[in-house]
Formats: sequence, structure tokens, C-alpha cells
Amino acid sequence: MPNKEVLLQVKNLKKYFKVGRKEILKAVDDVSFDIYRGETLGLVGESGCGKTTCGKTVLGLYDATGGEVLFDGTNIHQLNTREKKEFTKRAQIIFQDPYSSLNQRMTVGDIIGEGIDIHRLYRGQERQDKIYELLDTVGLNPGHIFRFPHEFSGGQRQRIGIARALAVEPDFIVCDEPISALDVSVQAQIVNLLTELQETKGLAYLFIAHDLSMIKYISDRVGVMYLGTLVEFTRSDQLYKKPLHPYTKALLSAIPIPDPIVERRKETIPIEGEIASPINPEPGCRFASRCELAQEICRNKPPLREVADQHLVACHMVR
Amino acid sequence: MSAQRIIDIKNLTVSFNTYTGTLQAVRGIDLHLKQGEVLAIVGESGCGKTVTAKAVMRLLPTPQAVIGNDSEITFAGKNLLSFTESEMAKIRGKEISMIFQDPMTSLNPTMKIGEQIAESLIIHQNQSRQQANSQALAMLELVKIPNARRRLKQYPFEFSGGMRQRVMIAIALACNPKVLIADEPTTALDVTIQVQIMNLIKDLQQKLNQGIILITHDLGVVASVADRVVVMYAGKIVEEGTVDEIFYQPKHPYTFALLKSIPKLNTNNQEKLYSLAGTPPELINPPLGCPFAARCEFGMKVCRVKYPVIVNFTDSHQGYCWLYHEKADRTGLPVQFLQGVESSAQ
Repeated sequence: MPNKEVLLQVKNLKKYFKVGRKEILKAVDDVSFDIYRGETLGLVGESGCGKTTCGKTVLGLYDATGGEVLFDGTNIHQLNTREKKEFTKRAQIIFQDPYSSLNQRMTVGDIIGEGIDIHRLYRGQERQDKIYELLDTVGLNPGHIFRFPHEFSGGQRQRIGIARALAVEPDFIVCDEPISALDVSVQAQIVNLLTELQETKGLAYLFIAHDLSMIKYISDRVGVMYLGTLVEFTRSDQLYKKPLHPYTKALLSAIPIPDPIVERRKETIPIEGEIASPINPEPGCRFASRCELAQEICRNKPPLREVADQHLVACHMVR
Repeated sequence: MSAQRIIDIKNLTVSFNTYTGTLQAVRGIDLHLKQGEVLAIVGESGCGKTVTAKAVMRLLPTPQAVIGNDSEITFAGKNLLSFTESEMAKIRGKEISMIFQDPMTSLNPTMKIGEQIAESLIIHQNQSRQQANSQALAMLELVKIPNARRRLKQYPFEFSGGMRQRVMIAIALACNPKVLIADEPTTALDVTIQVQIMNLIKDLQQKLNQGIILITHDLGVVASVADRVVVMYAGKIVEEGTVDEIFYQPKHPYTFALLKSIPKLNTNNQEKLYSLAGTPPELINPPLGCPFAARCEFGMKVCRVKYPVIVNFTDSHQGYCWLYHEKADRTGLPVQFLQGVESSAQ
């Protein structure tokens, strides 16, 4: 990493949803991490582990139940309307589903231009030129400006979503599974586009995905989430070379590798059962019910502690 | 060929009549499945994988979908395409079963899980309701659903995605079919559940010696379970071979590009991912020559005007590409492409 200036700090973030009279869904439960300027932080985990909720709470799209999110030192959950608007200019999001996240009744030009208009960045010819420039940046044709989203393929729509996020020249983008709805060959195009943009514009990404090989490829550091908690957090090469948490190990061994000989020799670490319910979870380690190593001590919540240089793990069993 | 061919598809063409014209979804493919093997069909969305599977099941919508007159799908010596609907109903679920892509929408939300499994047993095997129910219980236990007895009486909304997919598998396997068609069975699921489901399919296949057609775009899944692979592009088969041949000796530039565009766990972060520019051609007016020619790095003039002839690399490995013609100029092609890719296994 070139410079280690902290851009975003997440401290003990909690997001609970009330789902019944006495039932509380703890989607994000005490998660802390920070993101440096110009870096990509990956967040992985199974569906329902709270990674998307975490991303949305970080942007203030959900109010936090507890904890704070500091963006350049200011808590984004305590902003007034004007400050909030200023914040949205600096932080943007790319959504998972390119089919439902674009307004079907707006032309591509208007979708991309909306942010420019709201923040009064450019007007008239300048605005038009900016939209052309953005279309060009994301690899779309200037002629597409008057078209509607339904006229585009999934990969192209995701490019429109990226152009929309870039329009207000943000410092930070939450990429919420931007490639999981796309074909393999198109995934590579979008990932290359995102990394190029990061290099030229110095963007920081919070990259949310469940595809571990893609996360490894794109991220500088990776956090592994399980049922609302962060179980492991470290540099991406470290995570893949030396995973410590039993869940991370199982997750890594579960990815099918596109190499038949490797697959035949591979031993997967089976995880029995399915992810438990996040509604009124039991205290203690959330993974204990599926964990082979679980002991009596796992009834207490394991703290996220640093076991090696920049390698944090939340497990009692890891020495 | 040691094992017998249970499904033999000859010159299958499927087209759809749409407002803008005739969309040629599958354009003359030959395909076969042998007893006890797992055949994977891979390709991008819209390349005709699912349409091929649905043609075998005769589940394509009529009259929109038109199957070519000289197409043949032979199953156990008979052409499925000449079957009447009632004859076909006896095949579906009993001889050939299908697992659909989306476990969330392909179960009947108003029927109890147990009834949905028992239904095909009652229809195809004339079992009494009681017999069928007890076998439904056995099937649920086979696919490793805990508390199976209680689960039988529950509705699909009470099941998670992974469990619904297991129920789908239980329904598909209830009558012990000879062929199982699995259309992206794990795409909607998480990796840890995916491993469980794929292991389950593989275990059951070895026990029951079925033939499986696995449709997927996840090359990792292909590497872990398939015996043979067919690569489709724009309604055509571009290459087919054993799993090792396809992964280590890919001959078609499309297969080669597809394999290169996925990051492996040992791919360096600094390396740029190989990405295939452009998109597949429109199938309303498909190109005259090789459909991949417009995106192909090694494309030649002939590729755009004439469809390549079949090239036999080995007994099991075929491809359609002009690069292997005796007059083709192969200088300047990457070494990896000419000599094959090595496994990253130590």
C-alpha cells in the first residue's frame, strides 16, 4: 500500500432488526475495521452473514443500532441533512443486481447525470461532456446516452451502475457483489475496470462478495464474516496462505478449483449443517454449533485478537 | 466406447419465434451421454445450455419453440421427439429427471414437501399413498435432511435454499431415473452448501450408476465432478473432450479464453485478469462463419465466412476451429495454447 492514511473507521458497529415481539435479528454484531485511502477491503461470507447490511450501514443507508462509522474523522450517523449530502458525494455504492438497481424509466444519460445535478457539479454542455466522458471510462458507447436500461446486457448495466457511482467523483465506493450476477468472461471485464479506476482515481473500495477467488484477487485485505461477526481479518495473501479460523479453513477448502488434478487430490474440510439463524443468537462463538474444534470455552464470545502481524482472528482455539 | 450411450442427440436445432425474428438458440448440435458418466455442459448465459436440456425433457414452450425436423434425441433406442405428450409424461421423472436452477421457485408452494416427493412415486410406480410416503421419508433421509419425519409435513417456505435444493434432488431421484439433468444445481447456493450438494449428487450417482448432464458456468464445479465436458458458444458446440483434455489441452480459443479469465487462488494480485472483450453474437442473425470469430484473438479471414469443420484431436476430443486446418498459419500463437496448460497441482 502506498500510503496508510485511514479513510474510514468502523468501530463496534451493530445493526439489529426487530423481527418479532421478542425477536431481534442481529445482522451485524460488533464489527470493527478500517479502510485506508486507495485500498480494497474485501468482505466475504455466506449469504445471510450480514455483509450487505454491513456495507449499507457503513454508508448510512441503514441507521446503526450501536457503534460508529467515522469517515475522515466524522461520524456519518450523526450528520445533518446538508452534511449528509456532502457525504453522499464522497461515498457511493454499486449494487448487486444490475437488473433492478437502475430506474427503467430513465435514460442512461439521466441515470448517470442525476448525481451531477443533485450536487450541482456541472451544467449544460459541461454536464453532457462529463456524461460522455464517464460512458467512455466504463467502456460504453457515447451513443448509448439516450437508451434505456432494458436495452443493455447484465455486464453493460453493471457498467452503467459504475458510471453512476463515479459521476460525483467519490473517494470511496461500496461494491456490493458487483459481479455475482454476471458471466465468467464478463466478470473479468468488470473486475479489470474496477482495478483500473482504482489506480487512476485513487478510490477505496469495500468489496463485498461470496466468491473467494475473486475476493483474493481484488482485495488488499480481507475480512471473513460469519453470522454478523468478523471471524478473521488479515492481508489477502496471508489469509489464503495461512487461514487460522476453522470457518475460514472450511470455506477455503470448499471452493472448487478449476483444475481437475487439484480437485481429485483435494481434501475438503466438511462443514455439516447450515448457517444458524441470526435471530436471538446464542451468546458465545457463533460458529461453535458447526465447528469440529468446539469446546466448553466457546460458549464465551471469542474476542478478535491479533495473533500475528496484522492477522486478527476471533477463535479461542487458535493459539 | 465401453459404456453404452443412453442419450444420443443428433443435429438438434431449436429456434424461437420472436417479434424481431427467429432466434436460433441451438444450431445443430450432436451430443451423447453414456451410462454412469457425468457430462458437463459449460458456456455463457444465452449459449443454449438450458434450451438443450429442456429439449431433452420436451419442456420447451410450444408453439414458440420450434425443434428442427431432422433433429433426433434418442433415448433407449427411441426418438423422444416423436413421442406424444402422454408418452413423454411416462418418461419424465421416471426415466429422465431434471433438477432446476432455482430452488426457491421450482417447488409447489401450496403442497407439503412429502406430497411433492410421493406424487411421482404414486404416478409412475403405482405405489399406494402409504408406500409412497414411507419412500418419501427414505428419500429425504438419503439427501440428508435432519428431522425428516417432521419435515415431510412442512411446506417449501419453511426450508432454506440449500434444503429446498436437496428436496428437488429427492424428487428427481425418487423413481430412480436412468438420466439426471441438473441445470445449475448450485448456482443459487453458498460455497459450503454447494460442496454438500455436489458431493451428494456424486455419491448418489455412484450408488445408482446414473448418467448425469450437469449444466453450469462454474468451471470449478466442472473440474471437481465432470468426466466429460462440452463447451457451447452461441448455440453451437465449439469443443468437447474429457475433463483433463478440456482443462489441460484446450484447443478452441474460446475454451482457452474462458479458462484464462477466472482467477485461481494462486493468481497474483498484480497480474491483470485476462478478459474477453465484446459479447456473444445475436442469435437472430447469427454470423455465417465461426460465431466466436469476432472476439477471437487468433481469428483469420476464413473464420468469418465459413463455419469450421470438425477436428478430431483424440477419440474423445473434438473441436471446431480453423486454426487446426493444414493451411492455417499457427506462428505467433502463445505456447500455452499450442502445448497445453499444466496443472497447478504439486
